[in-house]
Amino acid sequence: MAKIKGDIVINTERCKGCEVCLAACPFTVIAMSKEVNSKGYHFAMKVNGECTGCTNCALVCPDGVITVYRAKVTTE
Amino acid sequence: MIMEDTFAKTEIHKPENIVYKKTDLMVDRPLSYCPGCGHGTAHRMLMEVIEEMNIQDKTIGVSPVGCSVLAYDFLNIDMLGAAHGRAPALATAIKRMWPNHFVFTYQGDGDLAAIGTAETIHACNRGENITIIFINNGIYGMTGGQMAPTTLPGMRSSTSPYGRDVATMGHPLKITELVAHLPGVYYVTRQAVHTPNHVRKTKKALRKAFELQKENKGLSFIEIVSNCNSGWKMTPVQSNKWMEDNMFPFYQLGDIKVDGKLVEKKEIAGKE
Ligand SMILES: Cc1ncc(C[n+]2csc(CCOP(=O)(O)OP(=O)(O)O)c2C)c(N)n1
Ligand code: SF4
Ligand code: SF4
Repeated sequence: MAKIKGDIVINTERCKGCEVCLAACPFTVIAMSKEVNSKGYHFAMKVNGECTGCTNCALVCPDGVITVYRAKVTTE
Repeated sequence: MIMEDTFAKTEIHKPENIVYKKTDLMVDRPLSYCPGCGHGTAHRMLMEVIEEMNIQDKTIGVSPVGCSVLAYDFLNIDMLGAAHGRAPALATAIKRMWPNHFVFTYQGDGDLAAIGTAETIHACNRGENITIIFINNGIYGMTGGQMAPTTLPGMRSSTSPYGRDVATMGHPLKITELVAHLPGVYYVTRQAVHTPNHVRKTKKALRKAFELQKENKGLSFIEIVSNCNSGWKMTPVQSNKWMEDNMFPFYQLGDIKVDGKLVEKKEIAGKE
């Protein structure tokens, strides 16, 4: 069966930890890291596989650090 | 991180599967804005529109004094920096010398509605064929959160620590509604950039403004109500909520003037 699957890649070094993307994701794909990046910010990270590639998080990220992928995948 | 394998299997990370990535018209360097500040999103939407219209080489922007003074470091197009509040005057000169170029100003509320009030109103009244992008965060962000003409009644700032008292400090200025009444102004709208849908609408409004500029229709004025979490002394997420609860009832979102005609009051009136 063909299914739409999404994924995000976050440039964690450029993330400022504002958490605006968290609220924008309808599937709670994003959470904040315990670690910090070199600027000292807790960064956003993907925590589950529910992403549909809706682009909501990337649209609201003020620093534009999220890249979104979407593809049709076939599952058994 | 357990998920990583499943994703790799789908081989989703291919260039042809990219559905969103920061436009190359944003210079690849960290923005100087505070975490969560709407300036970054507004910049990016503006650059996406310029990219989609393929007018990068024909667009000249004017940056203000305020946090976004550094916009020329981030927007990969020709830019000039204006003296505080003078961006519409400078944009007037640029547009008249280069009428086939797209010219916009990008200004905060301190810049546009305080020190630059005269330039704003007269450029609008002359109907200069430019686009004014007005970021209203109700405060002077760059200098430490002082009261602006746009500060809400009762709103605390570093120069109104007990809240803006309209009896002594005057009423907030809705400069956007004010300029909408001037005949030279063709399109006026008020948008936001804190949620995905608001971002999409802002982008549409920006696109419309640049298309109108191409048709020499007159001045387009796009207000973006935005947060200044640092100046408001809140987290970014709190500030966006506060903005919805407090800024939006006063600065109602939506079109104010379309095709040179004021939008019927009942359509933009809400809870005030
Ligand atoms: C002639 C002059 N007067 C005052 C200042 C100080 N000043 C710098 S930015 C600013 C206000 C900026 O506020 P706003 O336009 O709302 O932009 P924001 O920083 O909130 O984005 C002021 C008063 C200045 N730089 N030049
Ligand atoms: S919106 Fe962007 S900068 Fe803010 S936490 Fe998410 S990825 Fe980081
Ligand atoms: S001070 Fe306010 S307007 Fe300036 S970058 Fe920070 S949050 Fe944005």
